[in-house]
Amino acid sequence: MTLLTIEHLDVALGGQRILEEVHLTLERGEIVTIVGPNGSGKTTLLRSIIGSLPPSRGSISKAPGLTIGYVPQRLHLDATLPMTVSRLMGLPRRHSAREIEQALARAGVTEHANRQVSDLSGGQFQRVLLARALLESPGLLILDEATQGLDHRGTADFYRQLEQVRQELGCGVLMVSHELHVVMRTSDRVICLNRSICCAGTPERVAASPEYRAMFGHDSQDALALYRHHHAPTPLELSS
Amino acid sequence: MILDDFLVRAALAGVGVALAAAPLGCFVVWRRMAFFGDATAHAAILGVALSLVLSTSIFAGVLVVSLLMALIVSLLNGKGYAMDTLLGVMAHSALAFGLVAVSFVSGIRIDLMAYLFGDILAVGKVDLAIIWGGAALVVALMGWRWSRLLTSTLNTDLAHASGIDPRREQLILTLSLAVVVAVALKVVGVLLIAALLLIPAAAARPFSRTPEAMALLAAAIGTASTLGGLQAAYWFDTPTGPTIVSLAATLFALSSLAAHLRLKASRALASAGGRH
Repeated sequence: MTLLTIEHLDVALGGQRILEEVHLTLERGEIVTIVGPNGSGKTTLLRSIIGSLPPSRGSISKAPGLTIGYVPQRLHLDATLPMTVSRLMGLPRRHSAREIEQALARAGVTEHANRQVSDLSGGQFQRVLLARALLESPGLLILDEATQGLDHRGTADFYRQLEQVRQELGCGVLMVSHELHVVMRTSDRVICLNRSICCAGTPERVAASPEYRAMFGHDSQDALALYRHHHAPTPLELSS
Repeated sequence: MILDDFLVRAALAGVGVALAAAPLGCFVVWRRMAFFGDATAHAAILGVALSLVLSTSIFAGVLVVSLLMALIVSLLNGKGYAMDTLLGVMAHSALAFGLVAVSFVSGIRIDLMAYLFGDILAVGKVDLAIIWGGAALVVALMGWRWSRLLTSTLNTDLAHASGIDPRREQLILTLSLAVVVAVALKVVGVLLIAALLLIPAAAARPFSRTPEAMALLAAAIGTASTLGGLQAAYWFDTPTGPTIVSLAATLFALSSLAAHLRLKASRALASAGGRH
């Protein structure tokens, strides 16, 4: 089932065209990652999809009744706003205490339920935001550099959880990430964005494309090496 | 009848305004709309002048002008103006134009002080009905939209993703603000309305763990300030509106001090614990 179809999308911000002629479709159960240099319009694309930015041309159509779980790149909580973790989980829709507890447990942050959100570390806050997005059992999960502020272990846990969520909920996942090596490993499809889509396809195809290499230079070589490394059969598998 | 006592009417009027101002005041604090509240309130004096000229009810005149002011500011918001400059210009020019307009109204003796600082002791039964009607409307509106308002305040992108239109929620706050200004005019006057919105909410902040707790505590502090201020004004023979706000400010100072001491104590405890 197609969750999202974007056609001929142009988005302008303050008179400047940020996105041009973007086409994108996303199927149920698919993990699609958007990569691209700073200022290439990645966040703008995500914000257009959730409805924060109106397209200046083209269309964004979503499957009827599609619920979106969204984890923003940064969330600044005003110091004047008191907010416990469990209260944040119930915004905008209330959930039972048990559901909230389960969601926090899945994200590995149960012990923080009664803490103030402002007291959390960046990584803890990011996990809470993911847990909150998952509470709605979204059909489409949109993540904007969701592993920012997580350490190596946290990032690994995060992607493991993502994989699990995709299997449990069968939701589509659209994310922006800078961690090329992880992207290559976890995504079904990669989209290389620089104002418009310059290349797209399976991770391996994108990693091999000249556009991608031109954009990321040496990083792309490393990522590809890691990707290949990960997918190479282990000696045990070879012998059996 | 108990409402025949002017002090009872004053107390009820004050409590009505305090209850409506509490949840709205919290949003004013969270969204940093303090100056916005000021601009809307200061425009009220223009509303007073216009309703005197057109001989309509003061409440209606103030409501219309406050609404217009709030809508203009909302529209200009995010259009590339420096917001604090714009609001400063709007607030004080509205006040100045209002004062000039009032001076043109000849033949009618106007107690300008009553509009600048309020005249809670002169609240009649009709005023009381308007105040409680307006307050009930605002409280009901806040209660109905609470989750959506909170989510929009938290982050507009999160709101959009959940199918909430943050601009609509902003408009609801703007309308509520105009209603509170209109009903609070008689109680504290245009110069102190913003204080009644801000101070109880700010005083409640250090002792609140959730948004709901902050709104309830702000309502309690606002009510206590109103009743205590009325009593104090009676004892010391001081103007009522300013006395109410002074008491609220005192509670704010005490709350800030308590929060500061609590923080110091917890730090001392933490460092003592660390040494062992």
